[in-house]
Amino acid sequence: MTTRTFAQEIQSGLDVALASDPTVLVFGLGVPDPKGVFGTTSDLQEKYGDKRVFDMPTSENAMTGIAIGASLGGFKPVLTHQRLDFALLSMDQLVNNAAKWHFMYGGQRSVPITIRMILGRGWGQGPTHSQNLQSWFAHIPGLKVVMPAMASDAKELLLASIFDPNPVIFLEHRWLHNMQTETDAPATNNRAPLGKAKVLQTGDAITIVAMSYMTIEALHAINHLEKQGVACDLIDLRTVSPIDWPTIEKSVRKTGKLLVLDTGFKQLGIAGEIMAHITETCWADLSVAPARLTAPDFPESTSPALTKDYHVRAEHIVKQVGHMIGKDCSGDQLADQRASSMHDVPGAWFTGPF
Amino acid sequence: MNSDLIKNLSYSMRRIRTVEETIAERYSEQQMRCPTHLSSGQEAVSAAVGTVLRPTDLAVSGHRAHAHYLAKGGNLNAMIAEIYGRVTGCARGKGGSMHLIDESIGFMGSTAIVGGTVPVGVGLAYSLMMKGTDNIACIFLGDAVIETGAFYESLNFAILKKLPVLFVCENNQYSVYSPLSVRQITSRPIHERIAGLGIDTSHGYGNDVLGVHSTVSQAVARIRSGNGPAFVEFDTYRWREHCGPNYDNDLGYRPDDMIEKWTKEDPVARFDAHTLAEGLMARADIDAQQRDIDAEVTAAFDFALNSDFPPIEEAGQHIFADKPSEDLQ
Repeated sequence: MTTRTFAQEIQSGLDVALASDPTVLVFGLGVPDPKGVFGTTSDLQEKYGDKRVFDMPTSENAMTGIAIGASLGGFKPVLTHQRLDFALLSMDQLVNNAAKWHFMYGGQRSVPITIRMILGRGWGQGPTHSQNLQSWFAHIPGLKVVMPAMASDAKELLLASIFDPNPVIFLEHRWLHNMQTETDAPATNNRAPLGKAKVLQTGDAITIVAMSYMTIEALHAINHLEKQGVACDLIDLRTVSPIDWPTIEKSVRKTGKLLVLDTGFKQLGIAGEIMAHITETCWADLSVAPARLTAPDFPESTSPALTKDYHVRAEHIVKQVGHMIGKDCSGDQLADQRASSMHDVPGAWFTGPF
Repeated sequence: MNSDLIKNLSYSMRRIRTVEETIAERYSEQQMRCPTHLSSGQEAVSAAVGTVLRPTDLAVSGHRAHAHYLAKGGNLNAMIAEIYGRVTGCARGKGGSMHLIDESIGFMGSTAIVGGTVPVGVGLAYSLMMKGTDNIACIFLGDAVIETGAFYESLNFAILKKLPVLFVCENNQYSVYSPLSVRQITSRPIHERIAGLGIDTSHGYGNDVLGVHSTVSQAVARIRSGNGPAFVEFDTYRWREHCGPNYDNDLGYRPDDMIEKWTKEDPVARFDAHTLAEGLMARADIDAQQRDIDAEVTAAFDFALNSDFPPIEEAGQHIFADKPSEDLQ
């Protein structure tokens, strides 16, 4: 067994895809550069050549259309954006072409493209380098949206996205890239099913639904709650479109309580959608109003002085769970444990610039 | 001059004209319930490019795509049925006039967003380059596409990678009611500005089908020989309103003398005069072509009207594919 990071698992997923299928292409700004998109694309151009792995012009919209065209011509492009915010320039190609092509020609040809976008929070990312806009993509029929949380899932979800016959938006949270997993088979080509959530913790007190980095904060919170005698179901969504409704419904029918954690803004987000759906389908099972913890409805500032209360952390989750189950649960210790590092980094090891 | 080529150009232009004018004639019946952008007056560019391209070359287009689709060899029955919203349409009624496709002859799709298929065409060219054939991709575009960011981004990548792609710009001088002069500088023509980006560029008169054929043949030969992309611009004119079956000359957005000039420059009549004068075709040949076309077009409208509408179950289908598509032949 070796210890590997989330970023190394992404790199391994791309490596396996390129090795196993000559039609896989990998491109994006900085893909072959010395930093290799946080190490996720390192060494790939040397291995597979500059026709299959390449840097690109700063042309997010056209390069998305070019990926679509190459996919119609028999290839499986993986386009990488170092920030989701940059990919906003490509919404026309994503929404009007990628998401519609299969539909608007009556099911003749699909668009097997994967668009990696890195999103994040904290460390001065500021208003236009931190946006978690998963709900934008999830709102569009014809796009699948994947948001891995666990390093152990990252590679299998990426391989599933690359080999899915449809356009997939693959959202990687920057704070996850250094998370670790133990693995003994870096060359495996296993794929996780898209649209299937994973139950990471089980308990009767409440159902917590999370995605991406919020799953990590939830794990810290649940660990802390366990010590106070509270056991929770934790569902890691993994795919935010399509959403695995049966898994969420089954859990809520057991616990009667739903707390949704979302890395995005509150208004019209994934969390709101899950609350609405569960209210419609599990009304009689609910013993308390569903709740959500999300980013607030204003952009993230750059100065750490202005982001102190911006991010949802484990202690907020603990407090919210306590409120919903009618028990005084304290998360103060969690905050104390982190006192050695600032609120705007995943850990003291993170020193920027990204 | 190759007599088959003369006949093909003549036939192709006449066929496009007849299809478009028949649509115009029957549009008011309210059976064709979709925005429809007719190409009457612009037939020469499509016909010429269509005769130069092979069935294995790939093409994409925009909202005014009937002529491109037909000239590339697209199935007429499937196009008319698509406009009528029938299940036998080329997109099973999902797309209508602006979303034409016939992959069997390499027409890979047309879409409604101006400039939207330009990068798709360049991506298709990337796939052709990777496959190592001498097939090319052809992107039909109008003068308004020159104003989009996607166009310049795509052009830059095509030039950078020396991709086998032909950009065909039909400059009909208007975007809906807006003349070129309020959208671009006109002191330097489009092809001159584009040439500055470092691409093989040509320009010609778009109502002279032989001239277009010659220009495009040479450009395509250079692309096939590995020279990289080429951009060709042709001046032409749409006769009818931007969208719909009518003339809108009463609106006054196009000067009367301009309309008169371009109407006289009818590419079909112009070529007929040439072929008759030069003895390349006889009046009887032209009449025979028209009879064949009329029969084919009548049959296509009958086919469409006799086809079923798609079942309601299909409304929510084709969102996601269950399995990968077959590779293009």
